[in-house]
This record gives sequence, structure tokens and C-alpha cells, in this order.
Amino acid sequence: MTSERRTGLTPMTKVAIYAALIMLSIPALLPLLWMVSTSLKTNTQIFGSGELTVKSLFPAPLDTQNYPAALHNMPFLLYLRNTLLLCITTVIGAVVSSAVVAYGFSKIEFPGRGALFGIMIATMALPGQVTMIPVFSLFRSLGWYGSYLPLIVPAFTASAYYVFLLTQFFRTLPDEMSEAARVDGATEWTIFLRLVLPLSKPALATCALFQFIGTWNDFLGPLLYLNDPAKYTLAYGLQQFVSHYGGFFAQLMAASTIFTIPIIILFFFAQKTFIQGISTTGSK
Amino acid sequence: MSRTSHHKARQYLTGYLFIAPWLIGFLVFTVWPFFQSIYLSFTRYNIVSPAKWVGVSNYRMLLTQDELFWKSAWVTIKFALFSVPLGIVAGVSLALLLNLNVKGITTFRTIFYLPSIVPTVATSVLFIWILNPTIGLVNRVLMLAGIQGPSWLNTAPWAFYSLVMMSLWGVGGSMIIYLAGLKDIPQHLYEAATIDGANAFRKMRHITLPMMTPVIFFNLVMGIIGTFQYFTQAYVIAPSGGPGDSTYFYSLYLYNRAWKYLDMGYASAMAWMLFLLIIVLTGLVFKTQKRWVHYGG
Repeated sequence: MTSERRTGLTPMTKVAIYAALIMLSIPALLPLLWMVSTSLKTNTQIFGSGELTVKSLFPAPLDTQNYPAALHNMPFLLYLRNTLLLCITTVIGAVVSSAVVAYGFSKIEFPGRGALFGIMIATMALPGQVTMIPVFSLFRSLGWYGSYLPLIVPAFTASAYYVFLLTQFFRTLPDEMSEAARVDGATEWTIFLRLVLPLSKPALATCALFQFIGTWNDFLGPLLYLNDPAKYTLAYGLQQFVSHYGGFFAQLMAASTIFTIPIIILFFFAQKTFIQGISTTGSK
Repeated sequence: MSRTSHHKARQYLTGYLFIAPWLIGFLVFTVWPFFQSIYLSFTRYNIVSPAKWVGVSNYRMLLTQDELFWKSAWVTIKFALFSVPLGIVAGVSLALLLNLNVKGITTFRTIFYLPSIVPTVATSVLFIWILNPTIGLVNRVLMLAGIQGPSWLNTAPWAFYSLVMMSLWGVGGSMIIYLAGLKDIPQHLYEAATIDGANAFRKMRHITLPMMTPVIFFNLVMGIIGTFQYFTQAYVIAPSGGPGDSTYFYSLYLYNRAWKYLDMGYASAMAWMLFLLIIVLTGLVFKTQKRWVHYGG
């Protein structure tokens, strides 16, 4: 069956579909286009007229000096380094710990397994506000306030969400090979490292991707725990930039653009991993 | 016999060791804070000096004397009433449109998904800019139609609707989940309906929508839970609550109580009121489940 016959759409319907798609694309894309185009304008172009013209969307001449100016007012490279440091450590922490925990829940029988798994799933619905204050005072009494430790250490205690995704995946792996390895005297740890992990790369990549983006975007964590501007992340730094340079729209949009572009590039490279991960969340 | 029981014990131990990272985190970052937070909600606590027991006075004060508590709770509930249903309708409609089999549809899927991956702080900053009353993008577009747009973020009802609009801009995130749900509907149901002479409308009404109800239900529950924790956008746009406190969301007020005024006992009581409210609301939603959510098939 060809797709033409299966859909059975008349040319008129097709025109209507494309018209709807294009109309709806405008509100989705125009703000992003506006962000980039503002970042390439001079103040005269920005404050000039309040009309929407082709020239206001595609400024000519392009003014690229907002980027160096924004980088000067906001120590972007320092924030980028801080953000990447946090992203990498939390990705390692969350993926490794969640994979280990997921293996325990999906491949080893022990008393209370089902109940503990249920409790873990239930904790996902617990609002963060309930635990936020005691956790803050705990980290403060440990002398960790102002350091990255409160942002990194919890990642190493596995995320319920990733454990859930990974157990779903591990359960689809056949047990025959593991059984054979066990008969040969392999420990669970060996089976986990040598057999299960190599087969689970796509699921692990999904978790790594989500954690990377989560940390890249995280605002509340740095807001609660960081007090030294030299330690700020991009998300927190950008918000601080707004509160100090609120009127410098061109620079603000330049900073927003450089903050957003890495995520968009990541999305295009890992589109499949992205969509698969999200789809498993909703339908399982 | 003793060999096998020894073997079993070893196996159990291995199992507990594997889940230990989660178990430790659960005890330290969930169980202990959970009970500690109940205790703190009955104290006056400013984090610097030890907590002082004050009985139910935090709860009494926020229920009877704190106007901002009721105001922020109402702002949040109102936001849930707007953004959650609108998000479901928009998300499902977009997914239906993007599920059609026409050339280039994957490009359009990417376009609609794109806004939802823009980092929250960047989205908020972008909306501050496009909602600028005189030179912002939104009012420029309205001007093309001869409409003088409002001064969005600076006037009372509009600041609230601005945030609703912003949440709709990110609808692509849930759209992808609906799209996955649509792909899971078995094709043979439609083929059978075609043989029975059902038209497109009847297929939508009797196959597509019922089969989508579990995914809609999932998004409804997550939407309610998410709205009550809505914070970053509100904080970046208006850290002290916006015009006439119209965007003073519950979590924003809680944050300000705890970290701006160091009123952590009071904020803990607020956290518990929030938790109870979420339980009641999701409980109600779960109760309606039997009537409209279609499982199996």
C-alpha cells in the first residue's frame, strides 16, 4: 500500500493541511527569529519604530557587536565553564547511579523489591517544596552552602525517573545470557558491566541527555546555593544579567541566543534519542 | 539446604547493595527532610538560630490572617484552570495535525517542538522582550491588525495572561507525548471502522479520542503537579509578584517567605498546605478516571 492510498487525502485537503501547518508555525518560530534578529540590531534599529516590517525581522546592516558586548558584561565563558562542569558531573553521577539501581530493581530478586520500587515511583509526585528547606539546612550545616556540592551530590543518589526508564529497558533484555554467565560463576556486577550496560547504550544516552539539559536549565538549584558570582551558571547568570541590564535588549537577546543555541544543536544531533525518551515516559 | 539459604542471603544482599545509592539518597534527601519539614512547620525557624516550637500558630496565621497566602493560592489555581486545559486542547490538536501523512511533516514536528526545548530562563527573558508594550513583537503584530496591544507585563490581568500565553508557547513538549500515543493506536481498529462505513468524524470520536484518554490523563496529572510548582518563569519575570500581585504564584511566595524573609517555619507550613492541596486535587482527578479514561483495548 502506498502512503498516498493509505492517507487518501484529496489535493484540496492537502492544501488546507499545509495552510494550517504554516499558519501555526508562525507563532512557534517568530519569537525565536525575533530573539536572534534583536541580537543583531543597533539601538537605533531597536528603538526606531514600533512597526512590524521585513526590515525589523531581518535587520540590515547586521550589527554583531552585541555579542562581544554581552560577553564583556556577563562573564559568559566563566559561566559556560561552570555550567559544563556541573552538567558533566551530574550526568556521570545520575547515569551511573541510576543504572546500578535499575539493575538491582529489574534483575535481582530480594524481599521488598516491589514495595520499594513503588515507593520510589511515588516520590516523583512529592513536591520539591516539602523537602527543600530541611535539605537546605542540612547542606548549610555541612558547610556546603556556596559550593557546588549541593548541586552535584544528590545526582549520585539516582533519579527515580531515570531508574524507571532504565528498568523498563533492562526488562526487555533476555535473561538467557545472564543465566549462562551466572552458571559460569560471573558475579552480578560483572553481568551488569559486561552484558547489560553495553546493550543499553540508547537508554543510557536518553538519561544522559535529559540530565545534561536539566542541569543546563536548572535555575532553582544555583539560586538557592550559589552566592559567589564567580561560581554562577549560565541560567542563573542570565537572570542576574536581566536584573542588572534589563534595558539592554540587544545584549540580553545576544546572551539568550548563546545560552539557547547549544541546546538546539544538541537537539538536532540527538533528535531520535530525545523523542524516544519522551515517548516512553508518556505511554508506559 | 543451608547452602541454598546462604546463596539466597547473598543474593538479597547483592540486591540491596545495587539499590543502595537510591536507598541512601531516599533516606537522606526524602524521608528525613519529609518528617523534619512537618516538625519545622510547627516552629519559628530562621535557619541561623535553632527552631522554636510555636504549635499550630503558623497554620492559624496563614489560614486566617495571611491575605497573600490565599491570593497566591488563587493565582496558582487559576493558572492551572487556564493553562492545563488549554495545553491539553492545543497539544492534542497539534498532535492530530502532525500525525497526518503528508510530505515534510517531520520538519513541522521539529518546528512545533523547538520552543519547548528553549531553556526556561531564556524563554522568560525572551517573553519580557517580545511583550514590551511599545516596541515588542506581540504588539507589533497586533498593530498590523489595527489593535493597540496592552502593556502586557505591567498591568494586572494581562501579566497573568502573558504567563498563560508563554506556557502555551511550550506546548510542543506534551504534543510529542500525544503524538507517541497516536502512533500506538492499533491500525486495525481504523480498518474495521472503515469496513463498518464510519466516516472520519466518527473514527475520531469513537477510536482516536478514547484511545488517547490514558495519555491525556497522564498529562493532566503532571500538569496539575507542575503548575503548583511553577516558579522559575514567575521569578525571572517578576520576583516580587508582578502588578497587583497578579503573578504572585504560590511557590514564589513560599520562596520569598523562606529565603527573602528567612521565615522557614512558616514556609514549611506553606509547603505542607501545598502538598495537601496537590493530594486532594490529584485525588479528585483520579476519582473521575473511571468515568472517562479508557484503558486496554
